[in-house]
Amino acid sequence: MNNRAPDKAINIAILAMGGEGGGVLADWIVDLAEHRGFVAQTTSVPGVAQRTGATIYYVEIYPISHMASNGQLPVLSLTPVPGHVDIVIASELMEAARAVQRGLVTSDRTLLIASTHRIYSIGEKCAMDDGRVNSTQLIEAASSASKRFIGKDYQRIARESGSVISAALFGALSGVEALPFAREDYVAAIERGGIGIKSSLKAFAAGFDSVGNASSVAAGQAAASARKPGPGLMPLVKRIELEFPALARGVLIEGITRLADYQDEAYAGKFLARLSPIAALDNEFGDDQHRLLVDAARNLALWMSYEDAIRVADLKTRHSRFQRVAKEVGCGARQQLQIDDFFHPRINEIADILPAALGRYLMSSGWARRAVLGGRIVRTTSVGGFVQLFLVASLRRWRRSSLRFQAEQARIESWLQAVKQAVSEDYDLAVALCDAPRLIKGYGGTHVRGNGSYDRIVAALDSLKRTTNPADGLRGLIDAASQDERGEALDRALQTLR
Amino acid sequence: MAERSFKQEVEKLRLGAGAEFRGEGILAVTKALLQSGVSYVAGYQGSPISHLMDVLADANDLLLELGIHFEHSASEATAAATLAASVNYPLRGAITFKSTVGTNVASDALANLASGGVKGGALIIVGEDYGDGSSIMQERSHAFAMKSQMWLLDPRPNLPSIVNAVEFGFQLSEASNTPVMLELRVRACHVHGRFVAKDNVRAKYSIADAMENPVRDINRIVLPPASFLHEKEKADQRWPAAIRFIRQAGINEFFGAGSADVGIVVQGGLYNTLNRALELHGLSDVLGTVGIPLYVLNVTYPLVDDEIVEFCGGKRALLIVEEGQPEYLEHNLNTILHKADLGIRICGKQFFPQAGEYTVVAMMKAIADFLDAHQPNLLRNSQDSAPTTDGRATPDPSLNALVHPRPPSFCTGCPERPIFTAMKLVERELGPHHVSGDIGCHLFSILPPFNIGATTMGYGLGWASAAAFNTPDTDRRTISVMGDGGFWHNGLTSGVGNAVFNKSDGVLLIVDNSYTAATGGQDILSSSAHNPLRATNKSIENAVAGVGVSWIRTITRTYGVDEMRATLREALTTKYKGPKVIIARSECMLNKQRRVQPLVRQDIRDGKRVVRERFGVDADVCTGDHSCIRLSGCPSLTIKDSLDPLRRNPVAHVMDSCVGCGLCGEAVQAAALCPSFFRAGIVSNPSIWDRLRGALERLLIGFLQATTDRRLARYEQ
Repeated sequence: MNNRAPDKAINIAILAMGGEGGGVLADWIVDLAEHRGFVAQTTSVPGVAQRTGATIYYVEIYPISHMASNGQLPVLSLTPVPGHVDIVIASELMEAARAVQRGLVTSDRTLLIASTHRIYSIGEKCAMDDGRVNSTQLIEAASSASKRFIGKDYQRIARESGSVISAALFGALSGVEALPFAREDYVAAIERGGIGIKSSLKAFAAGFDSVGNASSVAAGQAAASARKPGPGLMPLVKRIELEFPALARGVLIEGITRLADYQDEAYAGKFLARLSPIAALDNEFGDDQHRLLVDAARNLALWMSYEDAIRVADLKTRHSRFQRVAKEVGCGARQQLQIDDFFHPRINEIADILPAALGRYLMSSGWARRAVLGGRIVRTTSVGGFVQLFLVASLRRWRRSSLRFQAEQARIESWLQAVKQAVSEDYDLAVALCDAPRLIKGYGGTHVRGNGSYDRIVAALDSLKRTTNPADGLRGLIDAASQDERGEALDRALQTLR
Repeated sequence: MAERSFKQEVEKLRLGAGAEFRGEGILAVTKALLQSGVSYVAGYQGSPISHLMDVLADANDLLLELGIHFEHSASEATAAATLAASVNYPLRGAITFKSTVGTNVASDALANLASGGVKGGALIIVGEDYGDGSSIMQERSHAFAMKSQMWLLDPRPNLPSIVNAVEFGFQLSEASNTPVMLELRVRACHVHGRFVAKDNVRAKYSIADAMENPVRDINRIVLPPASFLHEKEKADQRWPAAIRFIRQAGINEFFGAGSADVGIVVQGGLYNTLNRALELHGLSDVLGTVGIPLYVLNVTYPLVDDEIVEFCGGKRALLIVEEGQPEYLEHNLNTILHKADLGIRICGKQFFPQAGEYTVVAMMKAIADFLDAHQPNLLRNSQDSAPTTDGRATPDPSLNALVHPRPPSFCTGCPERPIFTAMKLVERELGPHHVSGDIGCHLFSILPPFNIGATTMGYGLGWASAAAFNTPDTDRRTISVMGDGGFWHNGLTSGVGNAVFNKSDGVLLIVDNSYTAATGGQDILSSSAHNPLRATNKSIENAVAGVGVSWIRTITRTYGVDEMRATLREALTTKYKGPKVIIARSECMLNKQRRVQPLVRQDIRDGKRVVRERFGVDADVCTGDHSCIRLSGCPSLTIKDSLDPLRRNPVAHVMDSCVGCGLCGEAVQAAALCPSFFRAGIVSNPSIWDRLRGALERLLIGFLQATTDRRLARYEQ
């Protein structure tokens, strides 16, 4: 673009969310251009968009040397025109796609610089399941619509430099050499800005360098790491290798590790024992994908490691947890960390971890159910708080006799029974049924609601079997139960079944 | 104090003759006011003119030097009434507000002002909040100018034109004894540009002169028979005087070659957009060298008949570029040209969208259609450069599903969020209630995840708009919401006074965040800040009690969801009959952070012990249901991949932008949600005592943790 005919203004659209520094970036570009002999105009419609909404900052620049001798200023546009934008800078991936959607990015002229990290929309965040938009699709849309696409995780680049994303994006803009300015001009603009110069320049440099290196464009997604079982689990690992298909080994090893961690080796062994008949049925009715076994194993491991107060206290008191929190909140070596945990135990959650008979008594006694327990804040990093939670975690040894344990084991058995029963009639239905326990999650009211949805769906199994495609029907019901908290979508779906 | 500090901009206001001013359009207006010898400025903040108010608030020393009185008016009506100072005295005054909402509020005073007329120049600067990014109903300020016969300036959106319009505006006002409105669209207010400054001028006739030598003229007061006289004056004297001045001063502009026998008339504010559309059609260039005659209306009311007739002479067709509806200019032009009997075709809305902003794309299409019909030879290369889309349609429909809307929402740590969390929890207990909304950040409650609020009828009118729901036939009450801004604007009388007088049994929730937060964090009567220019710290409780409310509850920490919920529950279920007011008070977090953050950083540098709190989620405890998000919607509370290979749902995650407001913990407890949340306290510069205790804790806790680790080591390498 350096040698383009200066009969038109160079224009740049910045798509950002309120408070993300889109305005700072626009101001830098204006300052840079003005100091290099250009007339620069920028404008925006901040308004309520400043309160976390999406907004566009629009910049046009024009060389003073091409102005008429009477000093008449060029007539610059206040809005980007679809199909006529030279550079689009998007501070987030969905915003990049929004620019494409609005026609601002076109393959004949637009250079698109986008940060590939995601800031999820409220719709994505509120979903009861996984409501996230596929990033790969967004990147493909951005890449195929533009003349040149520079996509990097500029949020991470900025954070690693201790700065903000606008500085990293400004660096990338400099690095692509799309504007007729040298790197020093950009640096000077940051220096004139006067705030956080050192860290901004660091992020700028990192952004500048990002353009050259060919690292993958996708935001770094933290990969779930497979666990390596320890010496205590070797007999079970051997058993997995002998008795189960190779394809299922990963999930099975994950399952035994999790359940031993949750309870003990014997409990992990029980997991395999429960899966043996499923594996046999899978061999008989399934194919080499072993969908039944894999899905059953995944959901069984999760269900068997249901979250009771013992589990929560156990996870909250671990050394690895203290380290993780310190890292997450950026607690430096010379700072001290306090962790306060928030609990609101309901009477049934206490009954859950008591011996079954005592728990049942508690739940049936009027006084206990009426007793209101206030919320509790436990400082887990203090000796007193830690010991409280540590003692609760120690109840693990007696978990098998607890009320909740007995109830959950019975529910698990009846689910496995239903799965086994379904396999011979309809393999796909059995696979779908394996996934139903995913509705049971959370704590307190959320958990009660999930249990309720699960029960209603399982109760509808017989009606489902009479339909043309029971497996799809079942998956439809599970999805419906994930639609809204009041279960209205599930009500409707069940209605149509009758 | 406003959200932004304008100390740097204030220096620009001091620029003298010949110096170049670079900055925002609305600040150029501010500088132009000083150059015009204004004596007083008043207004009510709101996008897009807040910065005019904010920069003047920071420029107090300069204003004193120039003898200018500046007020934060209680409302737009107050601001408009302030112009009464220009009725009898040769004082130049300017007021500003957001339009049309502010003009609605101001119109009583404006109509009275326009009737009697003015001696000193009176300028009403309206920020026309229309089109993309607007937060109000889509109407035109033009109608107000017409109904009261005030003149309306709509200058080209570049700084020199805007600055000229301010200076012309005062002169026009004085030449025609009529208040003048200056209309600036949102982007023009925020446009960064440059102009050559002039010296600031101190008015020769001062406010003190007026106060010491009071003048009254019964003919300027709106009461019969003067009111009938005023109408005659408007028609016989003021209008012709205005027309004369506009012509002589050459406020409207003509561009382009005269050879074509078609022409375009455009509102000044749309000139840049039109030029870009013409440029893309090959009919103009970036310097505005246009190949088609152009008549730019920097004054859109009144129209100058003679100028129009001259412009149209010898032309076969005319295109009117007029944004918004109804198309008053088009109607007016039709009348003028019909009378002149020129036989010219007048085209306008037939080629443009009837409603909505005129984008470059909309203009390109209209120009193409117009020229196709009336002068096809002018269209040279429009085919080559037509934009690929109309800006709304998508080149790839699959993107519609991928690109979600991003509605505005409460900021991280906003004290209003827990109020609506509590309302949601009360709704679960007592069922839904009719909730009447107001204007302010709190109106974001109507959007996900809260979905609370049925109507909004105007600033401060939250309780007034629930007035009809007052019947003995039900025990179900209504909840009305009002911000502290709306309360002082008019809600105290229109809402609270009205509810007392009419014996309402409803509940009013006053959201008091210590600022008019939505307009940029300006102070009001009840602000808790110390403001050297204004009287603050006046109690809302006293005001409410003063008009006769006896059921008043004050919550001084909105983050206490339990208390908030209990108070709402009590208000909705108490046997007490009569108006009930809950005042929910916590400082706007955006402003609090701006105020506190620099102090905290300084304390840390000074080696003082500082505890920074923020929340977090234990990813291994979270089961990925996202209930917490549905009760909060905090921007810092988000989701991330679960690191658990068995779980597919993303888990909740708190970003580092968390300010530790406490809502997460409170909501967890109030809604008995889940134990995933923790609050981390990061102690900078820990004391000796901290360090000793920390060492002891690490020793004992470490010992116990080692026993767990030994167990786990058997299961995982």
